[in-house]
Amino acid sequence: MKKLVSFLTIAVVALAAVAAWSQSRSDIVLKLSGGTARKIALPDFRAAGAAAPFAAVFNQTVFADIQQSGLLEPAAKSFYPLNPPQQESDLRATPEPRPARRGAEPETPNCGGLCLSDWANPPVEAAYLGFGYLAEQGGQLVAFGHLFTTSVTDIASAKAFRKLYNAPMTEEGARRLAHEYAADILKQFGGQSLAGSKIYFVSDRGGKGTKELWTMDFDGANQRQLTKFGSVSTMPAVSPDHNRLAFTTFAKGQPQIMVMSLETFRYLPFLNPQASLNATPSFTTDGSQILFSSTLDGRYTQIYSANSDGTGVRRLSNNRAIEMEPKVNPKTGQDVLFVSGRGGFQQIYRMNLDGAGVERLTDGSGEAANPAWHPDGQIMAFKWTRGYAPGNWNIFIMDVASRETAQLTQGAGRNENPSWAPDGRHIVFSSNRSGSFQLYSMLVDGTELRQLTRTGNNTMPVWIK
Amino acid sequence: MKQGTVATLVLMGGLVLFAAGCKKKPPVTSAPPPPPVTGTTGRGPAAVINSFTAEPSTIVRGESSTLRWSVANATEVTIDNGIGTVPATGSRQVNPAQTATYRMTAKGSGGDAIAAVTVAVTTPPPPPPPKAAPKASLDERMRTAVQDVFFDYDKSEVREDARATLQRNADAIKGIFNDFPSAVISLEGHCDERGSAEYNLGLGDRRSTSVREFLIQLGVPEQRLKPISYGKERPFCTEATERCYQENRRVHFVGVQ
Repeated sequence: MKKLVSFLTIAVVALAAVAAWSQSRSDIVLKLSGGTARKIALPDFRAAGAAAPFAAVFNQTVFADIQQSGLLEPAAKSFYPLNPPQQESDLRATPEPRPARRGAEPETPNCGGLCLSDWANPPVEAAYLGFGYLAEQGGQLVAFGHLFTTSVTDIASAKAFRKLYNAPMTEEGARRLAHEYAADILKQFGGQSLAGSKIYFVSDRGGKGTKELWTMDFDGANQRQLTKFGSVSTMPAVSPDHNRLAFTTFAKGQPQIMVMSLETFRYLPFLNPQASLNATPSFTTDGSQILFSSTLDGRYTQIYSANSDGTGVRRLSNNRAIEMEPKVNPKTGQDVLFVSGRGGFQQIYRMNLDGAGVERLTDGSGEAANPAWHPDGQIMAFKWTRGYAPGNWNIFIMDVASRETAQLTQGAGRNENPSWAPDGRHIVFSSNRSGSFQLYSMLVDGTELRQLTRTGNNTMPVWIK
Repeated sequence: MKQGTVATLVLMGGLVLFAAGCKKKPPVTSAPPPPPVTGTTGRGPAAVINSFTAEPSTIVRGESSTLRWSVANATEVTIDNGIGTVPATGSRQVNPAQTATYRMTAKGSGGDAIAAVTVAVTTPPPPPPPKAAPKASLDERMRTAVQDVFFDYDKSEVREDARATLQRNADAIKGIFNDFPSAVISLEGHCDERGSAEYNLGLGDRRSTSVREFLIQLGVPEQRLKPISYGKERPFCTEATERCYQENRRVHFVGVQ
């Protein structure tokens, strides 16, 4: 009996803990994801003549951008009326509902898609309607995009915006028009568009045993190789002004740091300290310094800082343990997240830029690594094996001040190297859930998961504006 | 009129040159000498050798060539070189040990005909020279005398079972350094795939550094031991099994001249 009571007590305490945890989890996720999304109808833009071949890619891109934002939920296209408007003059005023016959429900007015009410009513039930068309004008591809609120009866006041977009007559141009139109829609809801943002990453697609640095658009388009050492080049970091890329390479034997200009794609001078290992570089918030890990003391990998050309080396951490992955707070420019094995298995710690004020952030369970600051400088994303076997990493986020955590991936494969999108609401990470390592983006609540790469193994993403 | 004559002359000159050019070309097959014509009147027709060829005409020793012939009006056809009497039309495989000329004699009631083909025999290329005398290379010495040492998960301390190995390695390495005065040994630190790629770089370095320190204590010259961490970038084994993880948690010794 006593045993049963104590068991029940434990069970109740455990349940309360779980409840508290899931509560905190939803708080921190909700804060970032912005809660429930409103519905938008996005009937396909039609195109004639030379513009026709680009309609499909335009429509897909708009739909994907809006869906991925998490701010708006695109209503399923299969429910749309067959005759959507193409320009403002197509819209008809919503007719007065016909007086219901005695005993019957009042009939909903229906104009086959040309009335805003057609989109507000079931089965679409969208709060917003985005429509328009594509055309060729003077050799350019032109999109005429509109956004209307469906619940407002007066057409003039229902209009959120109407805008003309121009781009070259190419698939790339069509994608650009779509990104711009989607960005204008999202702007109406306080959302920051990801269009134009880039992801730097590491890929072995050029040959087994080699790793090179690559770049692509945020949606996986335009994948392009940056380094060609035929060696292992990995662990990229991008300067806050986005014009320099620092990484770790085995191109010269021992792991060393190299810095590349993202304007000229030439290598910039970086004097590596005389050490068996110089690795995991990252930039300070003002871009003037590079923090990195080095075995300069001949025994342990420790955190150092240097000027961006490698001169003026200064030791930050001082411990008999492996310490890697320094990441400077993008807002304060002062707090440094790093990974240390000083307490046993690797955990995430925080220190001041001068090396003082060290505190452990993760609770000591499992192994934790790959810290990444949220653009707001208050939350970090990282990988953790808490609750899983060694090597089975999941993506977590933590409010650094309160230490509240939330788990974003749920055990499908190994999930590593989270990096925040410039909008602070999306995360890109690598996972081997499909059998090989690929890059995925998701909304911070774990929804809108998208696979961005498919060739070879792709890891270590860094998402920048 | 005069012009026309000149043009004709030039054209004729050209034709003459052209014909001369033709004549210079060697015959495709060695043309048989014209059959000697001796007193044909009142007798039957003379034998005519329509063709007599060897295909291929050049062989490598040990290969064979096929003789083909066709003779008309012959009462007897013979080929020398040990072949003897043959039918008027036929073929025969030959594999001469050295260049041989086959002479055909066709007897006819009105006269004989003779033809010959040569099968050239080339000698095969000599066999490749035997591999250089096995002199133990640096790689081989490293492979046979120096053994890798293994580590526990997330650990860089030299394990009990690795101490004896490292002691043997130290003696072997000293010997190798004597025989190869310019050689340096890379101590490659490796980790299993479960740890973080970044942290594993530090861990691999720790592993090679602790092995290096151990060897230095045993008197191996430190400036000739170069630590290099590969983290988990160059695994020996890629399966997700404990056996494989253990395979990858090691320091691997590589000799560099």
